[in-house]
Amino acid sequence: MIYKGNVQKLGDSVDTDGMIAGRYLSILNPAELAKHIFEETIPDFARRVKPGDMIVAGKNFGCGSGREQAPFGLKALGISCIVATSFSRTFYRMAIDLGLPMVVSPEVAAAASQGQNIEVDTETGEVKLDGKSYKAEPLPKFIQEIIDMGGITDWVKKEVAARAKAAA
Amino acid sequence: MGQTIAEKILERHLIDDAERVEPGRVVRAKVDFILFNDANGPVAFRHFANMGGTKVAVPDKVGLVCDHFAPAPSAAGAHMLRDMRSFARDKGIKHFFDVGKGGIEHTLIPEMGLIGPGDLVAGGDSHTGTAGAYNAFGTGMSWAGMAAIMMIDETWFRVPESMRFHLHGKKAPYVTGKDVILKCLQDLGVDGALYRSMEFGGPGIAEFNIDERMGICNMVVEAGGKTGIVEADEQTEAWAKATCKRPYTLTNADADAEYYSRHDYDLSKMVPMVAKPYSPDNVVPVSEIKPGVKLDQVYMGNCANGTISDLRQIASVLKGRKVSKWTRVMIVPATQKIYRQAMAEGLIDQFIEAGAAVSTPTCGACFGGHNGALDDGEVAFATINRNFKGRAGHAGAQVYLGNSYVAAASAIAGEIIDPAKL
Repeated sequence: MIYKGNVQKLGDSVDTDGMIAGRYLSILNPAELAKHIFEETIPDFARRVKPGDMIVAGKNFGCGSGREQAPFGLKALGISCIVATSFSRTFYRMAIDLGLPMVVSPEVAAAASQGQNIEVDTETGEVKLDGKSYKAEPLPKFIQEIIDMGGITDWVKKEVAARAKAAA
Repeated sequence: MGQTIAEKILERHLIDDAERVEPGRVVRAKVDFILFNDANGPVAFRHFANMGGTKVAVPDKVGLVCDHFAPAPSAAGAHMLRDMRSFARDKGIKHFFDVGKGGIEHTLIPEMGLIGPGDLVAGGDSHTGTAGAYNAFGTGMSWAGMAAIMMIDETWFRVPESMRFHLHGKKAPYVTGKDVILKCLQDLGVDGALYRSMEFGGPGIAEFNIDERMGICNMVVEAGGKTGIVEADEQTEAWAKATCKRPYTLTNADADAEYYSRHDYDLSKMVPMVAKPYSPDNVVPVSEIKPGVKLDQVYMGNCANGTISDLRQIASVLKGRKVSKWTRVMIVPATQKIYRQAMAEGLIDQFIEAGAAVSTPTCGACFGGHNGALDDGEVAFATINRNFKGRAGHAGAQVYLGNSYVAAASAIAGEIIDPAKL
């Protein structure tokens, strides 16, 4: 799948406490959550993000607390994909399970700057920054399958239906 | 070729025995226990319903613990707790622990004997790795992924590389399990163990009781670790024999197991460590903290440091002393059982006599939710596990992390000090 947007550039080890503060974890409404993303740590972030924008970050993106409100809130804000040097493992799995693609590329992380045009092909691993081509790791097939289904929910439904059929 | 503890535990939980457990491979497995709290449970329950879930595949594998918005700080928090109760009642979840009937999940679940050596445990909370103190493979997982386990009783894991931490020597006074993990964080950084299993072994392990081992494993995730596991010894076995309600398997690595890296720590050279704001890897020995870091609050407690051992350490320092006039001090026993034990030993009375607030078990202030959150510009010392900007209240607050002795000594001094200098 190909994603297009503009770069929202962030640094290394961006943690989830900073993305969405603990006191907001009882908010389950996506639009309401989106308002509080990076509220105190990057106060203008929620305002400057346009639907389709992609975060390009350094190493260990999403470290710290495992809270689904972080990737869920970013997705609700309009973030379409995140490219980073590396990801915290719980954040990675949470985002994938919600259908938000996570792409690993130290090369893109080093080259990207705020506001650039970015195009990501999650199948081939090709990333274009203002038209110039860079390499990223293509999504593993199993992960691509989950992303294509919009997250793990439909994947589980399919699995359950297949098992019921096999049992019948 | 030999195997690490993580590899052995994963292998025993494979669905297809023909799969090879090698680092980097993705394998399908059945877990022994899945753990939800009231911050992640209600979200996972929605995923479960969206997946078409009506019946939980194996209800007795599920633990539901009310500890985050407990007791409820607001109507929204009360709603999360209500979701927990409804799910427990509707789905027939036996292991449900409400306010007043349990405590903080990572201390409570082993205390109840619901997990033990050799177990594979998945939790919605990132500190599920605390189970490694009990020689189990615990790991934080996506909440939708947890809902999927309730649907189909299986999940997938990427087999982690393992790192071996060999501990030896006799620990110095005021050194606890917290210092072992803070030292690791100083050496590794917040991504130094990314996706890996941190395995702790060697003769030095005997220096730490099972409570202090929780302090070690609790923070492996702060180095990016997928899990952290302490090898099994006599203490593990004695604990398991006395506590576990399910069969268990003491699990140790083979002598020829392959590790991503090996690390050697001489406990006799270890000193109390402190993580400065704003990262748990910003670690220095307490002696290097410059005098004059005045504290607005000292918070003692969390999912691994509200144990009876921590409370005894705190009491040994506070005994006969008063906390500083301008520092508010909070002590949070991790479970109801620990609270009672502390009362029986006279510790709670000592804490109150010293001028500390003692609270019912809760994660409240640790995640900046309630019950001791910090304001802009405030400075705190806490025995919790994270100090990122915004962790414990306002993003302008600063939190220093360390062990219970340092916290108690600092509560008396009103500033960060080495307990040896009190």
